[in-house]
Order: sequence, then C-alpha cells, then structure tokens
Amino acid sequence: MQDFLLSATVYLAAAVIAVPIAKRLGLGSVLGYLIAGVVIGPSVLGVVGAEGQDVMHAAEFGVVMMLFVIGLELEPALLWRLRGALLGLGGAQVVITMLAVAGILAAFGFAWQEGLATGAILALSSTAIVLQSLQEKGWMRSDAGEKSFAVLLFQDLAVIPILALLPLLATQAVVAGGDGHGAGAWAEHLPGWQRALVTFGAVAAIVGVGRLVVPPAFRSIAKARLRETFTAAALLLVIGIAVLMQLVGLSPALGTFLGGVVLATSEFRHELESDVEPFKGLLLGVFFIAVGASIDFGLIGERLLLVSGAVVGLVALKFAVLWGIGRVAGMARDQHLLFALALAQGGEFGFVLVSFATQNGVLGEAVSGVLVAAIALSMAATPLLLLFWERVIAPRAQAASRPVRAMDRPESEHPVLIVGFGDFGSSVGRLLTAAGVECTVLDLDADRVDVLRRLGLRVYFGDASREDLLRSAGIERARLVILCVGDAAANLELARRISHAFPHVRVLARAAGRLSAYELYEAGVAHVYRESVDAAVRLGADALQALGWRAHASWRLAQAFRKRDEANTQRLASIFRDQEAHLSEARAAIRDLERTLRDDRLSPAVQDEAAWDAESLRREFKGMTDGKPPVPQ
Amino acid sequence: MSRPVLILFAHPAYEKSRVHVAVAAAVRDLPGVTFHDLYEEYPDLDIDVRREQALLTAHEVVVFQHPFYWYSVPPILKQWMDLVLEHGWAYGASGRALEGKTLQVAMTAGGREQAYGPEGFNRFSFREFLVPVEATARLCRMHFAEPWVVPGTHVMDAAGIAAAAESYAALIRRLGEG
Repeated sequence: MQDFLLSATVYLAAAVIAVPIAKRLGLGSVLGYLIAGVVIGPSVLGVVGAEGQDVMHAAEFGVVMMLFVIGLELEPALLWRLRGALLGLGGAQVVITMLAVAGILAAFGFAWQEGLATGAILALSSTAIVLQSLQEKGWMRSDAGEKSFAVLLFQDLAVIPILALLPLLATQAVVAGGDGHGAGAWAEHLPGWQRALVTFGAVAAIVGVGRLVVPPAFRSIAKARLRETFTAAALLLVIGIAVLMQLVGLSPALGTFLGGVVLATSEFRHELESDVEPFKGLLLGVFFIAVGASIDFGLIGERLLLVSGAVVGLVALKFAVLWGIGRVAGMARDQHLLFALALAQGGEFGFVLVSFATQNGVLGEAVSGVLVAAIALSMAATPLLLLFWERVIAPRAQAASRPVRAMDRPESEHPVLIVGFGDFGSSVGRLLTAAGVECTVLDLDADRVDVLRRLGLRVYFGDASREDLLRSAGIERARLVILCVGDAAANLELARRISHAFPHVRVLARAAGRLSAYELYEAGVAHVYRESVDAAVRLGADALQALGWRAHASWRLAQAFRKRDEANTQRLASIFRDQEAHLSEARAAIRDLERTLRDDRLSPAVQDEAAWDAESLRREFKGMTDGKPPVPQ
Repeated sequence: MSRPVLILFAHPAYEKSRVHVAVAAAVRDLPGVTFHDLYEEYPDLDIDVRREQALLTAHEVVVFQHPFYWYSVPPILKQWMDLVLEHGWAYGASGRALEGKTLQVAMTAGGREQAYGPEGFNRFSFREFLVPVEATARLCRMHFAEPWVVPGTHVMDAAGIAAAAESYAALIRRLGEG
C-alpha cells in the first residue's frame, strides 16, 4: 500500500511539475509527460524503475478511456463518412509499411519471417500520443486530423489479425509462459465457429445495451441527482465493456470506442464525456510518463548507432509511406505533411506485440530490445515533429493560400451553445435551427430532455454549472452562449462563471425582469433580453391599434419605445444598487421616454420622422406670396 | 483623400449578390472612404436621422451604391431619403447642409445596356429612370455626378465582375481627390 502511494506521489508530482512547464514552453502536454518520465526513470533519477512496464500496462486503460471519449464525439454518420479513409488509407498504410520494413530487413540478412513480424509491429502508430496531441492543438477536425484518426482506427483493428498471424511466423523455440494480448480470454479455447459467435454476440451486446438499457438507466440515475453515482455508472460502463472485450479476445480499446459511438447520439453524451475525461487524462498522463521512464538509455548508449539508425529509419520510412498515401488521396499540401508527420512513429501496441512476438519465438531478445527502444524514442519524437509542422510549415502554407473572403458567414464549426431549453430557450433554438445554425443544447430536466429528443431535437442532459461539461459541449469552439435558464439566480450565476472562464464567447442572456437585467449587465453580459418586454410591447402596439391608431404608426411607436427602454435599462444598471439615485434616475428616464414619444403632436409615431410631416413645409409655402418654390433657382 | 467619401450602400440580400460583394470589397477599405451599409445598420428600417445627418455633414461626396430594383432604389434608400433629407436642413429656405456636395449614383442592373433606351425593352434610359434622384440632388443644392452603372449583371462572368470592381475603385478614388 505504502509502495503504491509512494509511486503515485512520484508520478503525480512529475506530472504536476513537468506538464505546466512544457505547456508554457509551447511543447504540449504529451512531451511534458514523456520528459517527466525520462527524468524520474532509471536513467536519470531512478525514482521509479522496474515496475515501469507494469504501470504502463495499467495506464493503457487511459487509451481505452480515450477511445470511449472519442467514440462519444463521433456520431455514426461521421464514422460512415470516414469509411473510405479508414479502409483505403489505413489498409494501404499498414500493408505498404509492413512490406517495406520486411524488404529492408531482408536486405540486411534477416529471415523473412522476422522482417514481416517487425513490419507488422512497426506499421502501428501511437493512438495515445497522436490523438492527444491533435486534440490539444485543435486539429482533430482538420482533414489531416480526420484521416489520421481513420488510419489509427484501422491500425487498432489490424492488431487482432496481427496477433493471430505472429505465432505462424515463429522461427525459434517458444518461450514458456505466453502473456501477450489475448491473455485471460476464455474464448481462446473455443472452436473457431463458437469464437466467431461469441465475438459477434459481444459486439451485439454493446450495441443493444448501449441503445436500450443505458439511456433509461442513466435517466433514472439523473433523476436521483446523485452526481457521484452518475460518475460511477459511467466508469462501470467503460470498464464493463473493456472486461467483456478482453474475455472474448477483442481489443478493449475498440470495444469502448464502439460503446462510445453507440452512445454518441444519446442525451448523456456530454455528461458521460466530462465524467470520464479526468480519469482518461490522468491515466493517459501516467501512461506517457511510463513510456518516458521505460526508455532504456543504457541500451541506447551501448548500441547508439544501431538504435539511432532504427529510430531515424523508422520515422523516415513511415513518413515516406504516409506522404505518398496522402498525395495519392489528394490531400492539400500542408495537410498531407501534417498527416505524414503525425503518424510517423511506433505505437503502444508495438510494445505489446514485441513481447508477444518474443514469447512466441518470432523475434530474438537482441532485436526486441532495439525495437522497444526505437518505438519509444519515435513516440517521444512525435510531439517535436508536430511542433515543427506548427511553427515552420503551417505558417508558410497558410500565408501562401490565404482565402479571400467576401464577408463573414456563420460557420458550422463555431456552434452555438444554448443552456436551458424551456419555452424561451426552445423558441430561440428553433429560430436558429430554422436558419441552419447548429446549436448544442444543454438542459437539466431529464424528463424534458427525453421528450424533446423524441421530437427529434438534439438536446443533452447536463448541469451547465460544471465547467468541464461546458468544455465537452464545445464551449471553447463556440461563438455564442445563449443562457435561457428559467431560474434567474442560476442564470446569473452561469453568466458570471462563463464570462469569467471563457471570455472569448459572446453571452446572450435571458433576464426575468428589470432587476435580473441590471444584475446581468453588472456581471458583464452585454446582451440582455428581458423575457416579457417584446411580448408586452407587441401587446401595447395591438392595444393602440385597437384604439384606432394606424397599424404602422403603432408598430413604429412600439419599436421606438422598446429601443429607448432598453438603452435606459442598460444605463441604469450601473446605479441600481444605490436605491435613491436609481429611483430618481428611473423617474427621469420614464418622464423622458414619455416626452420623447409624445412630443410630436401631429404624427402619433416617432419624433425622428419629422420629414414625413409636412408642417414646416406648409409654413414655408404659406409664407411665400409669389408662389415660387422654396429653393432658389 | 482631400474629399471624404460616404458610400451609402443598400442591398437587402448582399449575401446573395455576386457583383456588389466584389464591388464593395474594392472600395470599403480605401482611405477617406466611409462604407455605410444601411441594411446592416438599420435592419428594421428604423433610421437614426441625427446620426445620418452628422455623417453627411462630415463628408463631401455621397455615393448611393445599390442594385436597380423596379426602376428605382431599394426601399431603405428611399426611406433614408424621406427621413434624413429634412426640410429646413437639406432643402428649403434655410436648408443648406448639403450645398456644394457631390451626389454619385453607383448602381447595378440585371438587364443589358441595350435594354435601356428608346428602342430597348425598357423604353427609357438609366439617366431617365434616375430623374427622381437627380431632382433630389438639385433640390438639396448638390452636384449630381454622371451615374456609374454596371448593366448586364445577370449574364456577367468573373472577369466582368473584376473589371467592374476595378473601375469602381478608380471612380471612388477620383471622387475623393475631387
């Protein structure tokens, strides 16, 4: 127990110290973790040592959670759109890399079996490092981001046939034991057709449970309003899927990814995401630290030339293959460079496969040591390569092809976030949706969310006072946040938090009445809408019309009233806490408003429209006796 | 520029226009030019008369930039003329606020030049259709410049649009230099 706490302290301290420094230096969190790992590892401080491998195995669960979260963000429609890239680019990348590595090793005199096995192992890239880095830099939605993701997904799928293939390539005596990937899979010992059946059954179970059981279960937990139960249920879901997948011998990461995709259209998407996110982040961090710590500098020192040659060769070869594929796929120049740089490394599955291949007598100990070092170093190099792209390549490419834009149009990648979807919020939402603006909607009433979803609206359950939930709902990419919560105090609190934590978004807020409006203005919200004003003003205009005013005149008077009243409210917001000053100012404002609107005796409408009133013109004509027009010729 | 130019731009569907987007882009950032998009400023046609009058006072050249709708200006520009050009301010015995300034019409029309003439489909020339604007300028003691018209926008290609934008920018520069 004490050992565990001690290691935990070391790992957490390393993360807490290294990551902020790395981020401040613009290196990204992944590089920070890796460096932290190197520092606490056996080569430098030696605070952690032999248990590095075990920690890495445990922390691989971070990858599992990451794929769950990614699955949540991916709707089935997007996945379907990526199918071409997944099979085409992914398949080409794996096969070509595999054959190229086999060819090169054959030229160095290795057996073809060893070459092929090494090729299969090195064809895989690091899902953890690539996705974490792309997400951190906000490149996931770019062309290169989407294609990288598709290739990584294909690689994760390819692990299963590779695991099946490797034992067939054995040239040496099998090492006793046999840990590896399929360990603990009881389905392994079943006949082939039963295994297939079990596999399909497991996948069907994930889809079925995700569709039919999870939503009602979460709904009832949501109604109980026990936040930690919700978190526990989210973790149970992820871990349950992972265990099920391991039992049937499939990749747990793929299983949770599938679970995520199934739940991507559910109303609990954002809430689940923000519940799992912190665990995912921490475990991934520990995983990266473990990768750093496991880099064997002793071995590298001994065989410096060989290891560095292997790293450079690995990165160069994968880069060349990916670059070629990107070109053939017709990606834009800067995008296919990013795509090739991002994926030019070995992956965490490589570690697993190396030990599996060694145990099965495919690779010798000497080769596997160099392979592990090369994979780890190439992973560590990736954030640096991405930094190179960001600092050197991207600025040039963008300068060269700056698009000429005629005007600002609303862009779908800058969505609107609506909080509170009662009568008020849903009217706003329907207007925006009708205009083709994509909105993310959060509401805290589980029953209402349920009903609205059955009407086909994209509404998510969630407590918007949680910053992490706002983040996972995309507030960082949003341009507008519209606060329509019925409870005025809650709405105000949200406005305060959001304008403080996310100053880039424009906040538009519903105000219950005048006092709410004052408070919202005071909290820094520039756009405040008193919920009853527009309806009241329309009613007033209709009343005038019913009393015999002309429709246009009453409508224009109402508009003028509304504008001035809004300006007054905004002005009075600065002094509303001083009761005396406020009262006298407010009295003056009311008098002023009445006077302005009533001032014009002839036109019942608006003073500013004096031009439509010919009084002064008539006076000038009357004053003339010779009938000449008022303008001298 | 020695004479500041105020472009009163009126297009109710700017986002759908091909020609005005290009033509406006060519002038809106020129030095000495104030590009004033009326539909953007007053989506509900509720024009702030005092503000508009102050803008007019501060500029020497006024340009009406608009498409030719039903042989006339778009409604907001007519509303603007109705409300801003007040008696006693813009015209009348004591209305001399605009005296000596230049009014330039810059408009686009879907039909070709040949359609606007005694023998053409529309019977009257652009200049004849613009008589109300010309008379307005005269009443306000403004100089009415020869209208700048881009006809045939329905059939115009990208090269034609680019040429129009260039010629418009040259016109605005010339007006600014006086």
